[in-house]
This record gives sequence, structure tokens and C-alpha cells, in this order.
Amino acid sequence: MDFFVDSFLSSLILIRTVDPALLNIVYVSLKVSLLSTLIAGAVGIPFGFVVAVTEFAGKRAVITLLNTLLALPTVVIGLFVYMFISRRGIFGVFDLLYTQKAMIIGQVILIVPVVTTFTITAISRIDTRYRRTAMTLGADRIQTAMVILREARFGIVASVVAAFGRVISEVGISMMLGGNAKGFTRTMTTAMALEYDKGEFVLAVALGIILMSISLVMNILLNYFQGRTAV
Amino acid sequence: MKKFCIGLVILGCLMFGITSGGFAADKVIKMSTTTSTLASGLLDILLPELKKDTGIEIKVLAKGTGAAIRDGMDGNVDVIFVHALEREKEFVEKGYGTKRYAVMHNDFIVVGPKEDPAGIKGMTDAAEALKKIALSGSTFISRGDDSGTHTKEQELWETTGIPMNKETRTIVLEGKELKVSFFSPQDSGRWYVSIGQGMGKTLTFADEKQAYTLADRGTYVNYKLGRAVPLDLEIFCEGDSRLANPYGVIPVNPKKFPHVRYDLAEQFAQWLISPRGQSVIKNYQVLGQTLFFPDAIPGIK
Repeated sequence: MDFFVDSFLSSLILIRTVDPALLNIVYVSLKVSLLSTLIAGAVGIPFGFVVAVTEFAGKRAVITLLNTLLALPTVVIGLFVYMFISRRGIFGVFDLLYTQKAMIIGQVILIVPVVTTFTITAISRIDTRYRRTAMTLGADRIQTAMVILREARFGIVASVVAAFGRVISEVGISMMLGGNAKGFTRTMTTAMALEYDKGEFVLAVALGIILMSISLVMNILLNYFQGRTAV
Repeated sequence: MKKFCIGLVILGCLMFGITSGGFAADKVIKMSTTTSTLASGLLDILLPELKKDTGIEIKVLAKGTGAAIRDGMDGNVDVIFVHALEREKEFVEKGYGTKRYAVMHNDFIVVGPKEDPAGIKGMTDAAEALKKIALSGSTFISRGDDSGTHTKEQELWETTGIPMNKETRTIVLEGKELKVSFFSPQDSGRWYVSIGQGMGKTLTFADEKQAYTLADRGTYVNYKLGRAVPLDLEIFCEGDSRLANPYGVIPVNPKKFPHVRYDLAEQFAQWLISPRGQSVIKNYQVLGQTLFFPDAIPGIK
């Protein structure tokens, strides 16, 4: 029990003193996770939309594949991306490994399937009558798409929230592609893994408490936006 | 519904299969050790021989020395095998361990890219070499994980005379506020990169970024010669007496933690310092290079 009290007090001290190293860790975490989520949303939502509303041969296979990719371990992604961007890899000349860019590449690969499958589910649930009504009222393709997206917005926002939660909490990609370099690519999760490795459990838990608080705030914000768009 | 039931049955079978595997062997002890003993490949040779001779199997938890010692202090393991002499002595003095046995040593080296931008090739004074790296602003990768190697690196930086940056964090331990500090060179801006990872990872990081780092010879040789794709790093500074790196093994004290398997841990330690264990260590080579030198029986063949 003392352990938790110690950790909690330590985290309070860290927050109260506005530890600059900690601020940087939080900043890197949020920056990388938000950028990854934005990019994945920009790719995944249109992709999911197209898969959901069009009929084509192999549609089931695509959905099954996406569902499989949901279970892709972060270390596998880390390893694959590593092989491409390592100094000896094809893209080695760009010197991407152990940078924030590398982390974003890996994280986008991780969550594009999340955004896509959630979007497909959300759109498939929309009654096809919306689509037909819109079309009979003279909506063109884009207007029809907007109607469908509008009806499916809850599911789509949920997909983005889930994707953000996935990247801010993942450690495998950040560690393998970011390299946990202090001040550059050290995120909350890799910092926690490090403190654990060092045997500084108190500091690790303190960071964990901060991570949970930040995730909570982010989720409250996102839920707020989701709620406000509801009619 | 039928499909669902079949799915449940399959899942149930899988779970049963996983949990009923069980742990059959009973001569198993847990050891926390530094990443260097594992990454150098020594344990892969040592542990099978140990099992052949004594039947003891070891569950290895490779971490930085700081964490390994912490594991011992928490009674999480039966024995520790680390390299940070002062901290090991303290561990025994405070009653966490029964006795430190000197097992072997190797040494630290400063490695870096072929081009040697700092111009430290052939230097024997490690502190001077680090100073030149700092002054030339060449990238240096630090373990930064409170390991034995990191401890050594901080000691060396302190002797360079370069102004040091002390980073202090306050944590609460057992109700008391405690300060934890780390040293790193001042004005290190972009050239000093602290990554907080094991030796192998630090070497591959330095290799990728073509940077300098302080490494233990065992891990370096194994990564340089023991891999299909060798490291693109060369040794530039070696032979300084401050670069010696002794390893010790300490069974965790059963008086402090009655649940530890002291008998087996002690038997393991005795085996390590026996002629048999010492000769295995002496004869472990990677492509003709001896990585560790026995300390209990230095003259062993």
C-alpha cells in the first residue's frame, strides 16, 4: 500500500515542480500520437467509407484482412518498418530511424485498420433508405456521401478516439522506431518502460498516473465534441 | 448460436491447453543479471553446462545493473550477477546478499564510426577521449539507464573536467522524500543522446547514427563478429585502468527473504567460481576473441 502512496505523492511532486524533462516527454507523446491519429483518420475514414458503400468482389476478404490487421502486434510493425528505414534498408538514406517521423509511420500503420474497420461498421449500420432518399431528392454523389457520413458520425468519432487511445498507450513501436532518446523520442510509455528497467518503480507509476490523467482529459474533450454534434 | 457454441468450446480447449502446461522442473532459480552477460552470448554457453553438471536451471531476467540489484533488494530473484563493484558491496553490507563472489572481468571500450570525427584513435586516457568527443560535438550515445556501464560513463565524464549538468528528481520512497540525480555533460544539446536502453540496443543505435559510445568489450565483440551483419563501429580507446569492468555473483540472503532458493543459488555461485565454471568462461570465444577473463582462478586453462 505504501508503494502506491509513494508513487502518488511522487507524481504530485513531478506535476507541482513542472519538471521540464517530464513536460518534454508529455509533449512528444501528445505530438506524435495526435499527428498519427490525424493522418490515420485522413486515410482510414475515406477508405472505410469506400469499402462500406461499394460492392465489389472480395469485399469480405478485405474486411477479414482488416480485422486481422487489428491484432497486428506493435513489435511486428516495428520490425518491418525498421527493416525499411534502417541505415542498411531501402530508405536508409533518409535517416528516419530513431526520429519522431519513424514513430508516426509505425503508428499510422498500426491504427489505419482501427479507423477503417470502425468506419465500415458505423456506415454499414446506417439504413440504406437514407442513401436512397438523398438520391431521390436529387443529391449528387458527394452530397449523398456527406449525408451518410453525417449519420455515421458517432461511430466515426469513436474510431478516432479508439485509434488515439491505441497510439498514446503503445510502447513497442515507440521503443523500436523512436529509440527512447531523451528529449527527442522519449514518450510517456517508453519512459515508464525505462524507469521499470532501472528499478525506479515509483517514478514509473508516477508517470503512469500522469498518462492516465492525460488520456482521461483527451477522452472527455473528444466526448464533448461528439456530444455537441448530436442533434 | 451453434457457431457461437462451437467457438466457445474451441476457446475453452485452447485456454485449458495453455494453463495445463505447468512447471515440471523443480531445480529452477531466478537470476537478475545485466544485459551484457546475455547480449555477449556468455549465458548461452554457461547455462547448458551448468545444467549438465548440477541439474540447475536458471530463469534469466536481463536488465540494467540498477534494476538487477533492485530485484535482489525486493526479493524477486534468488541470485544476482552484475557489474558495479561499489553497489554490489553495499548490497551485501546492507544484508540483502550473503556474499559477493568475484567471477570474471572484461573491460569497457570507447567505440565510434570509422571516420573518427573527434580524432580519438589510439588514445588510452578514456576521460581525455570523452572530452575530445564533447569538444568536437560528435554524437555520443549514452546508456542512460542506471546500469553498470552508465555508472561508469558518469564517473568518466566527471573526471573530464567538463561542466556537468545535474538532473535531480524528487521521489517519495517509504514516506520520505528522496533525490535521484543523473549527470550528463553541460551544453550537450544535440550531440549527447541518452536512450535508456541495454548495451546491445545502444550499440545498434550508435551504429545507425554513426556515433560514439562506451561499451563493454563482450557485447561489442559479439555484435561486431558474432552477427551476420557486423557493427560498423571501431574501437578507438582501450586499456585505461579506469575502464576495468569486474563481474560478481551474489546469492540473495535467505535471512531477509525466506522464500529464496538459497541452496541452489549458492550452488550456482560455487559452480561459477569452480575450475569447471571458470574454464567455461575462459574458453568462451567469439571468432578467436576471449570476452571474459576469470577472476576466481585467473590461471585456469
